[in-house]
Amino acid sequence: MKPAWFDYHAPDNLEDALVLLGDAGIDGRVLAGGQSLMPMLNMRIVTPSVLVDINQIASLNSLQAGPDELRVGALVRHADLMRNPAVREGWPLLAEASNQIAHRTIRNRGTVCGSIAHNDPAAEHPSLLVTLDGTVVAASAGGRREIPAEDFFDGMMSTSLEPGEMVVEVRYPRPRKGACFGFAEFARRLGDFAIAGAAVMATMNGGVCEQARLTIIGMGDGPFRARAAETVLAGSTLDAVAITAAADEVRSAVDPGEDVHGSSSYRRHLAGVMTERALEQAMTRARGDGNG
Amino acid sequence: MAREKTIQVTVNGRAFEKTVSVRRSLADFIREDLHYTGTHLGCEHGVCGACTVSMNGRSVRSCLTLAVQADGAEITTIEGLRNEDGTRHPIQQAFLEGFALQCGYCTPGFLITAIEFLEENPDPTEAEVREALSGNLCRCSGYQAIVDAVMSMSGKPAPENA
Repeated sequence: MKPAWFDYHAPDNLEDALVLLGDAGIDGRVLAGGQSLMPMLNMRIVTPSVLVDINQIASLNSLQAGPDELRVGALVRHADLMRNPAVREGWPLLAEASNQIAHRTIRNRGTVCGSIAHNDPAAEHPSLLVTLDGTVVAASAGGRREIPAEDFFDGMMSTSLEPGEMVVEVRYPRPRKGACFGFAEFARRLGDFAIAGAAVMATMNGGVCEQARLTIIGMGDGPFRARAAETVLAGSTLDAVAITAAADEVRSAVDPGEDVHGSSSYRRHLAGVMTERALEQAMTRARGDGNG
Repeated sequence: MAREKTIQVTVNGRAFEKTVSVRRSLADFIREDLHYTGTHLGCEHGVCGACTVSMNGRSVRSCLTLAVQADGAEITTIEGLRNEDGTRHPIQQAFLEGFALQCGYCTPGFLITAIEFLEENPDPTEAEVREALSGNLCRCSGYQAIVDAVMSMSGKPAPENA
């Protein structure tokens, strides 16, 4: 199995990479971790004529946890993110969910920004970025722009990136005090793509949920923000009644397709179950130390 | 043109300099150009784990890495596990004693993955071992003997190499 021919470039600075990508336009692809792109190249699902390998660009291998936000550069691997002490403490949802991404060898190479740019509907990171109200920083030879997560994801494996543009960083605001998290996903075998999953951030104050952000994974079009369920959760104590009602809202809101892994009704059912599990985790934590 | 590149790679402690096609996978490079044929190719798209090698201390799938991306890297393959005196690496010995292989095609990938895992987690639970090995497929053994062999290393000093 061989990729079709491409011209390979491995620039050591971002400016050169952006010029190369700009010149290549729609025929260019960014190679970061390669854990999605390389299989697609090997199977010739994609046949770009120019490959811009960004692995030599040291400035992109940057993981910074500040007082206001976490900045994750384009070369940060899943394994780096989940092991970083500042991430584990300040953004535990990211660390915990990253541990469920594929397998160890994939996590060693695959990047956070690559997963976000790829927007596989079964992937964890697009939904985590939406749940945590993050921002994508995209760059091209013409400049930079910041794109809120919910404007970035644009349907199955599609984003608002323009030709010649790449994700250089993603940013996650520091969760507010009282934020509690839950994450659950289901696959038939360990490490397989999730058939369904749910990620939640619930901001608690005095035992009451002030605001919830709930995103469903695996429904076909990329991250699905379950707004009706969020409305049910806001003002509740994350009690069993509220959790059941939220799961019902999720089941009636999602519209998953069918594929070899499951029927539409099975995915819909799982979306509800994963919602319940994620919310129960958040609730348990809310009643514990209040930290996620 | 940008379709060939000269790379320097250290494999199992030996330095190589080769000019390779930019679309050559690291797996094909190791097997076809360097003749370390112990690294096996199963699926060639990142599902089976047979081609797992250690690159700069991390287990990676050599079918999902281009040879040109290994420029400057240190790689360990199954051939590099044996001790200098020719005796087996402790985990190879554990696989042998535990009958953790039949045809052996998947074994190099399992060993490289298990060594990295045991370095990080020298005293794992069985569930942790199963999670760590979940990216490697074996069609002979039913996995139990493989899991048992890795568990038999539990609590022992972390194996070196890789």
